Amino acid sequence: MTEIPESLLRRSAEAKAKALGVPVEQVLAEMKGEAPPSTPPAATEPEPATEEPTPSAETAAEGGAPAGGGGSDDIDALLEKAAAVAGMPQALLRRSAEAKAKALGVPLVNVLAEMAGEAPPAAAEVAPETPGEAAPQPAEAPAAVAVEEPSVPAPTGNGGGKVAAVVSPRPTMPPAGVPEGVRTQRLLTVVKAKAIQQVKAEPHDKVNTWPHLMLVEFVALLAMTGLLIVMSVALQAPLLEAANPNLTPNPSKAPWYFLGLQELLSYFDPQIAGVTVPTVVGLIGFMMIPYVDRNPSTKPSDRKLAIMLYTIFLAGSATLTILGVLFRGKGFNFSYPWKDGIFFDDLKDWVSFE
Amino acid sequence: MANGNGKTGLLERVRERTSEAVDRLRGSQFVESVLRPGSPFKKGYADSPRNRSYVIMNNVLYHLHPVKVKRHGVKLSYTLCLGGLSFFLFILLTITGIFLMFYYAPTAERAYADIQALSTNVAFGSLVRNMHRWGAHLMVLTVFLHMSRVFYHGAYKPPREFNWVVGVVLLLLTLLLSFTGYLLPWDQLALWAVTVGTNMAGFVPVFGDQVKFALLAGVEVTAGTLLRWYVLHVLFLPFIIVIFMAVHFWRVRKDGGISGPL
Repeated sequence: MTEIPESLLRRSAEAKAKALGVPVEQVLAEMKGEAPPSTPPAATEPEPATEEPTPSAETAAEGGAPAGGGGSDDIDALLEKAAAVAGMPQALLRRSAEAKAKALGVPLVNVLAEMAGEAPPAAAEVAPETPGEAAPQPAEAPAAVAVEEPSVPAPTGNGGGKVAAVVSPRPTMPPAGVPEGVRTQRLLTVVKAKAIQQVKAEPHDKVNTWPHLMLVEFVALLAMTGLLIVMSVALQAPLLEAANPNLTPNPSKAPWYFLGLQELLSYFDPQIAGVTVPTVVGLIGFMMIPYVDRNPSTKPSDRKLAIMLYTIFLAGSATLTILGVLFRGKGFNFSYPWKDGIFFDDLKDWVSFE
Repeated sequence: MANGNGKTGLLERVRERTSEAVDRLRGSQFVESVLRPGSPFKKGYADSPRNRSYVIMNNVLYHLHPVKVKRHGVKLSYTLCLGGLSFFLFILLTITGIFLMFYYAPTAERAYADIQALSTNVAFGSLVRNMHRWGAHLMVLTVFLHMSRVFYHGAYKPPREFNWVVGVVLLLLTLLLSFTGYLLPWDQLALWAVTVGTNMAGFVPVFGDQVKFALLAGVEVTAGTLLRWYVLHVLFLPFIIVIFMAVHFWRVRKDGGISGPL
């Protein structure tokens, strides 16, 4: 309870007093360490959970019962298990475990085993965060002893070191001399189903944009610039004779991205192919896709119909465009590019069959 | 390195002096005032998580990005950078397009001759024109592929529905930008491609003739069409597309960043 402003402390005490039906003074005294805890202390304490993510605390509670040793499994298996227990990505968990191992001076394997619920919590776990808190509490005396002798291996019947995600005293290894029935733990808080802070966001595996994403983008930009310059040096943009409205070239073709439409025009009535298809299907239809496709899944196996339809659209438009670009000659009749040549001026410089 | 070799000693001294001068420059008030905190070019930049965040937060260009992105989004195989490359091509097209505007007059008498002169008389003129033309084709391609990528990832699903709509508008504007640019060289290819294209627009039910008339500034492709399409190409459509791009990029951030993972 160091460094918490008086007003915050008071509000928390009042809330607690109300919840437990005890006088405020008693709660305050208890918070200041002047009275034994009659009931759980405050949960509102703004906890600076810097290097220790909550899931590890929860797993520590499960793994509280000392099982002795048990840290010899290999790291990957433990990591997988711990990730399954905590429900968070392995990379995040690993980083957290490494930070914790470094802070406590314990091997990584031990920390991981603890996270996976296979070993008792590492001895020095929360020591840096609550150094002064434990001492004055009579009920915690055994725990304080445990700090001084972290290697005492005596098993205990009292089990776990933590309740939920709240800072707790030492893991529970009372010295051998504790008589039966003496509490070696105190209940810190009871976390109700509806916590004060509701964590809605899932833990996401994120990386810094700089340098990880920026590097990828920069390389992509360079590659694109390189491609464009090489293309522009190697391939000359077409420039035919000056425009002459009285001389219609044969065939007359639209730009390539409209050639699929021009191809459609040669099969269907222009009202349908020239306008209805591109505006209704192309524009309005495409804009409405998210409102028509109500299937919430993004997994490919759940959206076979959508993927199939889009692939048909892709293949169809590619076929029509290629037909229009390469296989249409004089009078927009079918022709073979390798026999009759290419009737598409943007491509003239690219391919030749001579 | 001081091995008594006079040449190496000189080199060492030059290197020392240079790095001193660079340090003094980077420590100067002017450079300090230009670079925001966390810039990697700032004196004493250290690669720390805090500075990595500052690089993004304190730079107007990088500010398009959040400080952190989902790990899978960094993988090239997820987006193939197609959206970013479309934007990058748009910037390249703007730069090369401004260059071309210096040498081009959108009149029926001068347009064709200007393009011819550009290819022969202007330094790098041919290269820049080629870059503009191939870049435009590439941009149509990347925008279309970007749309396909988004579809296959189901990235248009809630909450990103509206950004998909904005994206379809951007595809349409890209096509229009490319098509209006097609006419500007004023050669046979340009004239007749545009004639064919606008003939399709003439098939619009009910308003067909009116639409065609508005597009062509007449009943056929004339000098008036050239001027109209030039203004659309260099002013109106870029203006509109920039607005839609701003909304598009902003909504990417607001709708929860990159989609996925699958």
